Amino acid sequence: MTTIEVRIGPRPDSGPDGMDSYPGEQPRMGFFTDTSVCIGCKACEVACKEWNRVPEDGLVLTGMSYDNSVGLGADTWRHVAFIEQQRPLGVTDGDPGAGDGGASGADGAGGDGAGGDGAGGDGGLRWLMASDVCKHCTHAACLDVCPTGALMRTEFGTVVVQADVCNGCGYCIPACPYGVIDQRKEDGRAWKCTLCYDRLGAGMEPACAKACPTDSIQFGPLEELRERAATRVEQLHAAGEDSARLYGHDPGDGVGGDGAFFLLLDEPEVYGLPPDPVVTTRDLPSMWRHAGAAAATLAGLAAVSFAAGVLGERLGLGGRR
Amino acid sequence: MSEVRVTRKGLRGERPGREAIPGKTGDDARRWRRKGRAEQPMVPEPEFTSYYGKPVLNPPVWEARDIAGYLFLGGLAGGSSLLAAGADLTGRPELARAAKAGAGAAITLSLAALIHDLGRPARFLNMMRVFKVTSPMSVGTWLLSGYGPAAGVAAASALTGRLPRIGAAATVGAAVLGPAVAAYTAALISDTAVPAWHDGYREMPFMFTGSAAMAAGGLGLLAAPAAESGPARNLALLGQVMEMAAFERMTRRIGMTAEPYRAGRGGAYIRAGQVLGALGATGAALSGTPLVRGARPRRVIAALSGAALLGASAATRWGVFHAGMESARDPKYTVVPQRQRLAELSAPAGRPVGLPPA
Repeated sequence: MTTIEVRIGPRPDSGPDGMDSYPGEQPRMGFFTDTSVCIGCKACEVACKEWNRVPEDGLVLTGMSYDNSVGLGADTWRHVAFIEQQRPLGVTDGDPGAGDGGASGADGAGGDGAGGDGAGGDGGLRWLMASDVCKHCTHAACLDVCPTGALMRTEFGTVVVQADVCNGCGYCIPACPYGVIDQRKEDGRAWKCTLCYDRLGAGMEPACAKACPTDSIQFGPLEELRERAATRVEQLHAAGEDSARLYGHDPGDGVGGDGAFFLLLDEPEVYGLPPDPVVTTRDLPSMWRHAGAAAATLAGLAAVSFAAGVLGERLGLGGRR
Repeated sequence: MSEVRVTRKGLRGERPGREAIPGKTGDDARRWRRKGRAEQPMVPEPEFTSYYGKPVLNPPVWEARDIAGYLFLGGLAGGSSLLAAGADLTGRPELARAAKAGAGAAITLSLAALIHDLGRPARFLNMMRVFKVTSPMSVGTWLLSGYGPAAGVAAASALTGRLPRIGAAATVGAAVLGPAVAAYTAALISDTAVPAWHDGYREMPFMFTGSAAMAAGGLGLLAAPAAESGPARNLALLGQVMEMAAFERMTRRIGMTAEPYRAGRGGAYIRAGQVLGALGATGAALSGTPLVRGARPRRVIAALSGAALLGASAATRWGVFHAGMESARDPKYTVVPQRQRLAELSAPAGRPVGLPPA
């Protein structure tokens, strides 16, 4: 018989980033997706589907790019975005202008301060590839609005839907500021990335990170990932790749920082990510106050309506005789 | 096509893994250059950037008939319960009966619509596992589980004439909870990332309770005899004014996010609601003046305007629903306001994260 230790009383320190629903002992785990080394192989998409037994959701080509899964949804928990741009790669070998002709940073592409080289001349094409995933927000709107408690915060600081509780009300879907969670039509319930909760419990890294051949998807304790990401951005900037920036790493942002954050080479919206997401429940206290005032106003309108009716009768104006 | 070569001294031209710099290939790999004709981008550059015009958000999966229908019916029920209690208090039995029956029927249909809209209707009771103030749907569930039975008992008692005391108590209970039922649905839809719904959260509750008053008053005008329908007329007129005023204020305040309320399907429903509301209000006002002579014409005009007011309330709810859906489907409404917010906030201090100082 195993002993289960039960602690009663105030919770120990809340977790990192002030996550109240999350105890402090187990470090918060997350993803750092470094899109600068993504090669668009989609191994993450496949590994995720295989491991989590996510149903097939169409094997069609969209015609817009090599992207055939379009966006995150109930049956796409990792999504690789492909963006082709008419602008140079920021840097190649740290020796701009050497060798190849046509070196010119003045092609109007902006952003990339480093003088391009051969690959970046006029007509240069750059591919951006990025593997998107549930952000496992510090302040998760999906979790806040879930009326059944099916969405929960795990001991790893991740956000997971309990499939045996979800009744498919669909509230989490428009609540998510990133468009991550969605309803599986044939099943009725809401589904999204679990950050491989089952694998984490067994001390394994999530399937997508395991499968990633370039370490674009890195898994680990969030604090460690944030440090590594900061170093990586500095490295890229030092190498002249000025467009490199982190996304979702800041605990001060509208969702309190993401458990899965990114290094991007362009603005977030280019990748289909919102530039400044805010957890909708931040405004909920104000919403309740306004709703309360409106309810009181309605009661007031009814009172006035009857008072006017009674007054009208007294004055002999109403039709009630 | 890897440039990595296996030599006696080990691997040459090996790629640097997670330390790789974009554009840099292996140490002695050949430079690859594209000449002349590059491919054209699939989507022409609009004023804002997006990922192939795909939505940032996942739009709600709710059905218009169920959810817009519930927004309307919930408001009708909540408003009618107030009307019923007032009619009881001021001795208007016909109006009370009509309002109680209306509230009972509307809330029954509402519950059916809400359960029907669940992905797993059989798991409806999972809503009762928790109570969460952070979830307007949870709050609404508990509100309805108090209000629904009260409105139902009030209606049953009024229609059968049995258990008058319990019926009276239920009427009072329904009237206490009714305004909350009519108002909370605004928080329900505003507490999402849907731009047209979220941004309008300040005025939406007033728009909704105004609409609820209009619908309940309309039902009273339609169903109660002229001798008793005075307060229903007043309520409908006040509600119509409040709904219009809140809508105008909201669309003026929220800027570009108001577009879906003016254009497309949402805009069409909203305009229909405004026309019906104006017609209904005019008719309702006329039917209360001596300008219309004779009991029968009065009654007919009152009933017609009551129906128009009900229709106006429903059309407004459908308009709000579709405007929200449209704003979720178009990435413009997500990206542009967020960009503006960032630009306003970060003028000198916070350049986009990760960019070095200029």
